[in-house]
Amino acid sequence: MLDDFMTRATLAGVGVAFAAAPLGCFVVWRRMAYFGDATAHAAILGIALSLTFQLSVFTGALAVALAMALTVTLLSGRGYAMDTLLGVMAHSALAFGLVAVSFLSGVRIDLMAYLFGDILAVSRTDLLVIWGGAVLVVALIAWRWSHLLTATLNEELAYASGFNPRREQLILTLALAITVAVAIKVVGVLLIAAMLIIPAAASRSLARSPESMALIAAAIGAFSAVTGLRAAYMFDTPAGPSIVCVAAILFACLSVVGLQTRDRSKLN
Amino acid sequence: MTLISVENLSVRYGANTVLRHVDMVVEAGEIVTIVGPNGSGKTSLLRAIIGATKPAVGQVSLKPGLKIGYVPQKLHIDPTLPISVERFMRLTDRVSKVKCEKALETAGVPDLLKRQMSQLSGGQFQRVLLARALINQPDVLLLDEATQGLDQPGSAAFYHQIEEVRRETGCAILMISHELHVVMSASDRVVCLNGHVCCEGSPAVVASAPEYRALFGTGTGGALALYRHDHDHDHDHCETSQEAAE
Repeated sequence: MLDDFMTRATLAGVGVAFAAAPLGCFVVWRRMAYFGDATAHAAILGIALSLTFQLSVFTGALAVALAMALTVTLLSGRGYAMDTLLGVMAHSALAFGLVAVSFLSGVRIDLMAYLFGDILAVSRTDLLVIWGGAVLVVALIAWRWSHLLTATLNEELAYASGFNPRREQLILTLALAITVAVAIKVVGVLLIAAMLIIPAAASRSLARSPESMALIAAAIGAFSAVTGLRAAYMFDTPAGPSIVCVAAILFACLSVVGLQTRDRSKLN
Repeated sequence: MTLISVENLSVRYGANTVLRHVDMVVEAGEIVTIVGPNGSGKTSLLRAIIGATKPAVGQVSLKPGLKIGYVPQKLHIDPTLPISVERFMRLTDRVSKVKCEKALETAGVPDLLKRQMSQLSGGQFQRVLLARALINQPDVLLLDEATQGLDQPGSAAFYHQIEEVRRETGCAILMISHELHVVMSASDRVVCLNGHVCCEGSPAVVASAPEYRALFGTGTGGALALYRHDHDHDHDHCETSQEAAE
């Protein structure tokens, strides 16, 4: 069954969607969208480094994404506004990554594959890494769920309940780095943030609780992956961007529905 | 029995000292109110008590196993986060539905269980925060300007509820407030804070203390206090005790 490249691609897409959904909800609730973007862009530097030192792309991307996320977390609130800091760090990491890649003579690498993903070339090993990472991220978030939720709502409430909200922030940061690392092959560094944010945002109008929002986001993400891949196959379009397009269309439709029901409930 | 004891507490943010040599205690079952102008370190004191801010000097000791119910100053729920009152009540502890309903009733807002937090009015929202803090029968309730954003009758009703809660559950209450007049009448003890403890005692004693009058004016004998912070206020014994300590 796994011999078929479309089957492997579909499984990879669904795996990333599952990891991205609950994490994406926190990214949306905490207004960290740009943070996700920055972490993802930094991963290109990790790819360059891993090609230089002949490590697996996953390891390099994970290390740099994590370093980036930790640096931003540590530096935030010390002089520069968060978005300025992220803008500086993300784009410098991207630029340094692109320059570093150009130094790699001898190795012929397809930069496009890392920027936009290469989901149709997912191997069995890749699949194992993606699902391993996805299960880890989902398990991590499920384990800390109520603490993460409390820390998201109010920092003092977390302290008064006897735990440190900064540690929860760190767990989200770690989950983000893992998600970025496993998603590179599927949608590429430029579109990872889309996989985080769009399904979560689209699920908002249907959800009545934080838990249902995460589940609906997972369903929307998985549906986008499957449908996007089908569409890419039929119309011969790039796979990663096609997945994101399907998610975006779903977001638009659900937002319209959401607006209408909200108007109706206001009238009543 | 002493629930919370703050000894010689100083808190610094960078080079900025916001609290100097603060001593205070909260005994079981009493209502203590902290009043003070903006920037007087009220919130920092509360943050130090819950462990959110590390003291630069001194210490905060809590009775072992002390259960704290915390009502934050303002809780912003992002509009993208759907959450019902019931789910919010169960945020940190798995508690039964009956307990949730009971806590909502104690806080004066029964029948809100199924509503979304985003649909609540300001007054309902604050009471739900209060109910959440009450759900595990805390020994002490900490309120950080919990009536911010409520109008005068709204906050008066809220403080009535607090007195009601104390009568019903017997838990101690430590609160910060701006609304001196309303708060003073409800408190057993008032601590007037301005970077240091200016004065302390029963509402009547504090209201007539010169330090308090210097901070808040003399208009507290019925109407609301004139809310003003004079940096050059006359403050003899505090200044000298500070110098002695430094």
